[in-house]
Amino acid sequence: MKKECIYTLKKQYRDDLNIYGYRFGQGEKAACIVGSIRGNEVQQLYICSQLVKSLKRLEENGAIVGRNEVMVIPSVNHSSMNISKRFWATDNTDINRMFPGYDAGETTQRIAAGLFDAIQGYQYGIQFPSFYLPGDFVPHVRMMETGFQSHALANQFGMPYVVIRKPKPIDTTTLNYNWQIWNTNAFSLYTSATDRIDRDSARQAVACVLRFLTQMGILRYTSHSGYLASVIREEELFNIKTGVSGIYQRYANPGEEIHQGQILASVIDPLEGEELARVLSPTDGIIFFAHSAPLVMEGTIVFKIIERLHE
Amino acid sequence: MIKEVVSVGLAVDECLRVKKNVLQPERLSGDEKRICIVTGTHGDELEGQYVCYELNRMIQEHKENLKGIVEIYPALNPLGVDSISRGIPMFDLDMNRIFPGDEKGAVAEHVAARIIEDIAGADLCIDIHASNIFLREIPQARINVNTARQLLPFARRLNLDFVWIHAAATVLESTLAHSLNSIQVPTVVVEMGVGMRITEEFCHQLTDGIFCVMKDLGVWDGEVAKPKTPIISQDGEVGFVNAEAPGIFVPCVEHWRNVQKGQRIGRILNSLDGTVEQEVCAPIHGMLFTLREYPVVSCGSLIARVLGGDFE
Repeated sequence: MKKECIYTLKKQYRDDLNIYGYRFGQGEKAACIVGSIRGNEVQQLYICSQLVKSLKRLEENGAIVGRNEVMVIPSVNHSSMNISKRFWATDNTDINRMFPGYDAGETTQRIAAGLFDAIQGYQYGIQFPSFYLPGDFVPHVRMMETGFQSHALANQFGMPYVVIRKPKPIDTTTLNYNWQIWNTNAFSLYTSATDRIDRDSARQAVACVLRFLTQMGILRYTSHSGYLASVIREEELFNIKTGVSGIYQRYANPGEEIHQGQILASVIDPLEGEELARVLSPTDGIIFFAHSAPLVMEGTIVFKIIERLHE
Repeated sequence: MIKEVVSVGLAVDECLRVKKNVLQPERLSGDEKRICIVTGTHGDELEGQYVCYELNRMIQEHKENLKGIVEIYPALNPLGVDSISRGIPMFDLDMNRIFPGDEKGAVAEHVAARIIEDIAGADLCIDIHASNIFLREIPQARINVNTARQLLPFARRLNLDFVWIHAAATVLESTLAHSLNSIQVPTVVVEMGVGMRITEEFCHQLTDGIFCVMKDLGVWDGEVAKPKTPIISQDGEVGFVNAEAPGIFVPCVEHWRNVQKGQRIGRILNSLDGTVEQEVCAPIHGMLFTLREYPVVSCGSLIARVLGGDFE
């Protein structure tokens, strides 16, 4: 294992931001794994730290195949993480909306450019991002439909679901999108948490990455072969919204099979305690996403359902 | 007449309400032109608040001159304005990156869709922005090169100092202006002043310009000022100055002044050891139309933009 600083941003009032890469093996740029880019992505940081630990031991045992190099970058934005901010600490911009970056541009464009330069040329790129809606997901692999994406490759992670997202204009500045455009097969892995550590789904994520590297001939590692994923297009997910606002109580969780008419949640009058509404499932299926905050606004997407799918 | 554009229930005893004031003649013929003035997409940009107040006041003081419909939307992101938050509180994405919205999407996307639906059909929309807390801008229109032919006649008449015709970018296809221009509502974006402040002089300048355009459209028949002739620039003539060291930026030139190539426009200082971290110089000869307002800078912070050429 070689630890190196791949990018430094000098600061005056705090320590410099140093972004570290951990390299395993030598030779062809086989795979690169990027963890936390936003300051609240603690689960993503934890997963990558566990990957570094696992790969270090595997490398010591000679498990890196041939001339393959794997790089792990556990944390990009600890300047924000250290002060509990999600976006860039000084101007609240999102590094994951700045790719491919610009090395003579503004601060977060420079960070994105510095990172992107260091992670160019890898055959496979794996990112642990977080979603713009707060809530809990079924663990899945997400890919942008850029014309370069491959479902078959995404299946090699052995995660239960592969989601294909048709990019919107705002997606064109994300790492995943730009990695694909610059000839890296890019995958985003989502687990069940962001700003807290969920050990079970983190362990699953580490296993999925090691499985993928094994399937791609980069690593020699024996593991369970994982799921044969269901491939879903994001626009086919069925959104369930709340008709009223108030205190939210959820009765069903991501991954659960649900049936038409089943009570999934209720909304309670925040001042008088009476039940204002029940959220009923309009369809059979599996819960893919579930709102997790204790309050809801009117019209909040509280569930995304994979319709007509059974466990 | 105050109308509600969209309303969404918040968790406890409150609604998010986007409102507009509709000003129109006593009697309508059905052929009136409609102009929409929108602002407050970014909750920290307040220059448009004063423009909205002035428009309201001046129109209502001389209602007899109003021949068309003026709709004033002071706060597209009312929770952001109230909470001094640039974005929509509790929502990750910049509101000006989610248009045209989605009725089936998240709450913010639903709000965006209803705003577009409400403005649709207007003869002109002016979307007023105010830079951010970091930069000061002269009154200017920003126009995507693909819509320049259609929008330039309006932008020239808005009494602005500058019209910046910039290159198209995919990510900008999700702005309010792009979405409205796509449905044949000519929409001009105005940038001026600085975030979290009101620059009265600039607000009066733009208000006068809006009355000129209203008169051109037949919405107003009172006296109007003669609009300034703006400088019109294509993207390639603009030089950017970014900080190459962190510290405190102290300018030594005034905003909206000529600078020579290599001329010092300020210094980045180290307050701990008393050294100068960077002498900040103009990259090209021209006019300083953007200047850093907020002193603390990081590597990369935008310090200034210079419009190349000779200007009085």
